[in-house]
Amino acid sequence: MNKVVGSIREAISLSGLRDGMTVSFHHHLRNGDYVLNLVMEEIAAMGLRGLTVNASALFDVHAPLLRHIEGGVVTGVAASYISGGLGRAFSRGILQGEVEFRTHGGRPKAIAQGVTPVDVAFIAAPAADAMGNCTGKFGPSACGSLGYAFADARYAKKVVVITDHLAPYPLQGWSISEDQVDYVVAVDAIGDPKGIVSGTTKMTRDPVGLLMASYAARVIEASGLLQEGFSFQTGAGGASLAAAQFLQEIMVRKKIRGSFASGGITGCLVEMLRAGCFESLLDVQCFDLKAVESLREDPRHQEISAMQYAAPGSRGAVVDSLDVVILGATEIDTDFNVNVHTDSSGVIMGGSGGHSDTAAGAKIAMVIAPMFRARMPMITDCVTCVSTPGRHIDVLVTQGGIAVNPQNGELKDRLRAAGLPVMEIRQLKEKAEGITGKPKAVSRGDRVVAKVIGREGELLSSIRSVPQNP
Amino acid sequence: MRRSMLFLPGNSPNLLVNAACLGADAVIFDLEDAVSPAEKDAARILVRSTMGHMDFCGCETIVRINAVDTPYWQLDIDAVLPEGPGLLMVPKAGTAEDVRTVEAYVTRQEARLGLASGAVGLMPLIETALGVENAFAIATCSPRVRALFLGAEDLTADLQCRRTKEGREIAYARSRLVMAARAAGVEVYDTPFTDVNDDEGARSDALTAKSLGFTGKAAISPRHLAAINEVFSPTAEEIDYAYEVMEAIAAAQRQGKGAVALRGKMIDAPIVARARRTIATAQALGLGREEQV
Amino acid sequence: MEIARPASAGTMESSDAYVEIEPREDGLEIQLESVVLDQFGDAIEQAVREVLEAMGVERALVRVADRGALDCVIRARVEAAVLRGRGDG
Repeated sequence: MNKVVGSIREAISLSGLRDGMTVSFHHHLRNGDYVLNLVMEEIAAMGLRGLTVNASALFDVHAPLLRHIEGGVVTGVAASYISGGLGRAFSRGILQGEVEFRTHGGRPKAIAQGVTPVDVAFIAAPAADAMGNCTGKFGPSACGSLGYAFADARYAKKVVVITDHLAPYPLQGWSISEDQVDYVVAVDAIGDPKGIVSGTTKMTRDPVGLLMASYAARVIEASGLLQEGFSFQTGAGGASLAAAQFLQEIMVRKKIRGSFASGGITGCLVEMLRAGCFESLLDVQCFDLKAVESLREDPRHQEISAMQYAAPGSRGAVVDSLDVVILGATEIDTDFNVNVHTDSSGVIMGGSGGHSDTAAGAKIAMVIAPMFRARMPMITDCVTCVSTPGRHIDVLVTQGGIAVNPQNGELKDRLRAAGLPVMEIRQLKEKAEGITGKPKAVSRGDRVVAKVIGREGELLSSIRSVPQNP
Repeated sequence: MRRSMLFLPGNSPNLLVNAACLGADAVIFDLEDAVSPAEKDAARILVRSTMGHMDFCGCETIVRINAVDTPYWQLDIDAVLPEGPGLLMVPKAGTAEDVRTVEAYVTRQEARLGLASGAVGLMPLIETALGVENAFAIATCSPRVRALFLGAEDLTADLQCRRTKEGREIAYARSRLVMAARAAGVEVYDTPFTDVNDDEGARSDALTAKSLGFTGKAAISPRHLAAINEVFSPTAEEIDYAYEVMEAIAAAQRQGKGAVALRGKMIDAPIVARARRTIATAQALGLGREEQV
Repeated sequence: MEIARPASAGTMESSDAYVEIEPREDGLEIQLESVVLDQFGDAIEQAVREVLEAMGVERALVRVADRGALDCVIRARVEAAVLRGRGDG
């Protein structure tokens, strides 16, 4: 038996895809992904209409999707993250309905529970065999972990694996196994390696980023959690990476052996694993080549599904064992509610990803962000969009000072005792506005263009349309 | 207190606006080497405007003006003097005459602007062989001179030697400057460590400067500030000892004793003076004891 | 103060503003483009007008391309552009 079919179009028609159904995609090929565009192009050419695209994330490379929306091929969009280039179009109201944002943990849960059932999942696979065993660890488009695709493969009614590297059966080290796959399609290329993973991740030289990073590391050191068995997650942004490097120095100096680091994995965390800071890495997505190589070579570096990573109410999620997570923010308000979906003008340019999953699970959720970006102060009275509720955020680190959520008095005392510049979040807001001036409130459109759905399925926020500037 | 000073290019708004947060005791707005001739005017206006409008939260502001052999230095002084800089850094100070030229102009402008006379101090930047040879004369040429500053990059070029991380080539200049400054009763600051990615090198360079008697050290990267601040802060041991010295002196006075010994060593005036300085620094850093005066 | 020739100051880098000034027959015209136009457009225009007024500039076209510059930076860039474009300097 052999599941290889001749073309994407043949796989689509064999899958039984019809008008109004839902197709799903994962984003491990990030801004280098060809698969979503290839599939949607075929779907449009076949004359299908009214489809919902459920993608773990959409990037600027997926701009052709906007054409399919305008043409009525796509009438529904669900994602965990939408990059700025596309976000602007959604904010203008290109979609008749509303974009549904779910978290990285909420998305697979909604798929599994049938809240957002997937009819056909398309898995971009850097290596696959003819029976559909596939992985991201090998091949010319290797991207490492396929964490976000697991739920799609398991719960979709039909599963199509699309690969540019067909390997002999049985593929070794598969991530998704043949029992979940219906069809396999070989194409010339599933992505542009340059857009998939970055070659190296360099230490930021931005002085403000470095200052925040050093505060962040000191907050962790002073938190009382940095001891044997410590677990940690951080993002791939400049300040977050620098914070991890400062943390590594502290852990090595104090000979602290942590348990694990999780989430999106960078070379920086691989270094920490090798330096003995952690026993293992739990990887839902690789950010650079070093992480891909480590996942392939090092058994301590393990691939996890988005379900295992972050799904709420499941039998076990990694985020619930996290000690500290470092997160970003475009805005945070004086109740510690964080916005990562829109910019200060309300234009969609991101999404929760694992933000609110990890914030809910971790013992300490730390947001690091500058007091202001260009002239926009980051601390507001009320965020434009609640991506993560303030009750899950413990501490905010900026270059001008550190604010602790009043509900975490013990942490505040510890940071004070460590000599860190702790102040009230309102003071910090005033300090920033003293520098930038107070921004005028921006008017919003009447239409809701996106819904932000919390990890438990609750409606957290509605994102309104943004009037187009002349 | 100036343990650390951070150089910031005078025409880079994104760096200037964060100056107060970066952890330096003082920032040096650079109108000289960091600014191209075509942008001297814009940088001067930007630095003046920034100093006038921003709250630097206790971080001292120093301005490096252009050298006296350029057409810019008087305009620099005109612009920033009303904003009350903590110090003016005078580059390429080779002779006492160079510094007196600046001094005379500053005095005239202070009077013209109705500013308190003598309020602004000068910090000659010693970065030529001639300047090193004239260090004492420069340090004593005017009561406005509050400190000497060693600039090793230009100096090594002038000496026709290579600048190294170890800094053996500037050992003489360092000691000579410390000697001259201390003899003149002014402070003395060490050249920046220029490899921004070498944190350990920065720390060890600061330790060297501290061991030679420098008051503090400049940096061109905020990354080095924490290490410099740490190196130039009194240690807990030094603070304890300083308080012991002061207590021993007080006890001796109560008992009417002349000579005082502590830990088997005679305490003389220089030791007391040092203890006072240590306590003053400790108090400025919030490390002092409350009951002690 | 009269503007005698086109001049500019500042850069397009983040936190800076690029200000161009040109002679104009009559009155002031200010053209503003900003990444924070909604939030700070009025404040920026006011700062520009205040600097021009303080310097006695009554006839000029001023174009500001703002990249999120603070008030003190905007003012400095306008002042530098005026001084570079003035007739009596």
